[in-house]
Amino acid sequence: MRVVEPFVQMARGLWTTLRMMFDKPVTVQYPEQKKPVKPRFRGRHVLKRYENGLEKCIGCALCAAACPADAIFVESSENTDEIRYSPGERYASTYEINMLRCIYCGFCEDACPTEAIVLGDQYELSFTDRRQAIYPKEMLIESILADGQPTPQKTKPGEFTRSVPAMKDPQD
Amino acid sequence: MTLFHVLEWLIKGFVWSMVLLGGFAYLTLFERRALARIQSRIGPNRAGPWGILQPIADAVKLIFKEELTPATADKLIFLLAPIITVVPALIITAVVPWGPSLDIFGYHLDLYIADINVGVLYIMSIASIAVYGIVLAGWSSNNKYAMMGGLRSSAQMISYELALGLSFVSAILLAGSMRMLDIVNMQKSIWFVLLQPVGTCIFLIATLAEVNRAPFDMPEAEQELTAGYHTEYSGMKFALLFMAEYTKMIAISAIGATLFFGGYQGPFVDKFPWLGPIYIFIKIIILLFGMIWVRATFPRIRYDRLMAFGWKVLLPLSLAVVFITAVGIILAQHFENSLLMWIIPVASILAAGFVVAMIDRELRRKDYARR
Repeated sequence: MRVVEPFVQMARGLWTTLRMMFDKPVTVQYPEQKKPVKPRFRGRHVLKRYENGLEKCIGCALCAAACPADAIFVESSENTDEIRYSPGERYASTYEINMLRCIYCGFCEDACPTEAIVLGDQYELSFTDRRQAIYPKEMLIESILADGQPTPQKTKPGEFTRSVPAMKDPQD
Repeated sequence: MTLFHVLEWLIKGFVWSMVLLGGFAYLTLFERRALARIQSRIGPNRAGPWGILQPIADAVKLIFKEELTPATADKLIFLLAPIITVVPALIITAVVPWGPSLDIFGYHLDLYIADINVGVLYIMSIASIAVYGIVLAGWSSNNKYAMMGGLRSSAQMISYELALGLSFVSAILLAGSMRMLDIVNMQKSIWFVLLQPVGTCIFLIATLAEVNRAPFDMPEAEQELTAGYHTEYSGMKFALLFMAEYTKMIAISAIGATLFFGGYQGPFVDKFPWLGPIYIFIKIIILLFGMIWVRATFPRIRYDRLMAFGWKVLLPLSLAVVFITAVGIILAQHFENSLLMWIIPVASILAAGFVVAMIDRELRRKDYARR
């Protein structure tokens, strides 16, 4: 029987590979077929807005300070009641993220006092020029929600004096 | 010999080369798809429907790639080596008949390029020329990995050529002729794989080593030798070496199908001669799939074990097989009883079993000594 044993084992190996031929392939046909990302996936950044359309970002640059890759550049300007972008005193007049430097660690998300910056589910980032890798505020900011107004808004004096809203702890 | 005959030869040679080259292109696709399916992947399916334009895309890529020649390489031999490798691979199948003679519109057409009375000898000699290209490619690159790949290749080919030649001998003995046509015609009633199963197995193993396929792909063992003899090759020269490898696979499958699996013989070939090329095509495809299947299954064996297997196992076994074949034929002729021919497969299988038992004993002795 021992003479037959090696042949049996070789045949068993061949049978295994042959059986695998009729297995369903695990390949995801990517551009046509996309798998949904996980809830805590860290993709491209999104700058959020409040429901009334005001930007959450107050231009404090804590994200830029927290960024280990030094990918974020923030420049802030004063809000007035005539030209208001965000609640409180200041807003981000320039907000740029260099996507080539960003390591998607999510520290900016953690540092943000107003939950303005969120790492979204967009992962298809490609550019043909390194200058295109710098995403300005217009590309990062969320589009205006259904019942919101575009910024800048003209607001009543004394309505948006508080820059950091009252918030709950993040859920996930 | 008229001008017409020369023209016929030229056309047949051209058609057969085109079949081999097109076959090479689609063999790469077939291999990639089959390997992918075995590994639960899909394989190339982007260029054209089902990826059928993939070989063309590959060819275009290889043609437009930069060709590098190392500064210290032997330029002339570096250039010649791929050509020396690819030419034998293309001409080796000239003696393989791919169908019985046809009569088309009153014209007698033979479906082979050359009918040499020592066809098997021709195959043996051309097959051994092919190793020159590989060893010269390795040497002229002036690269130690390429050199070692070329050396391994030559050592491996010389070792396994003996077993290969002896397995040819068993087919020659059974047919009583070295003409490929006679060998095919002798298999009309019974294929030689049934009369000489062990010889066929030796042939299949030795051909894997001859064409440097896994699990005997020592000359291009990536982990040890980067890419082996074609480390320094790029662009079209690399494509030529690659083409030689795959064309040799097709050629060796065609030879195996002819020698042991009945060539173009099959049901109804006498009535419809055009079935001949279809049968041999199917047989070649099955043998090629076998090679791909084996590649997907077995890991590469160690170099010293490869040599030990070739010299200590395959060579004595193939000598025994030739001896048994000869004895069986003489007995059958002497007692004029063709049933005695069945001594050959029975005795061969017994010999193979004895060899396996000896290997088993040796391995267990070594295992015991190690403990």
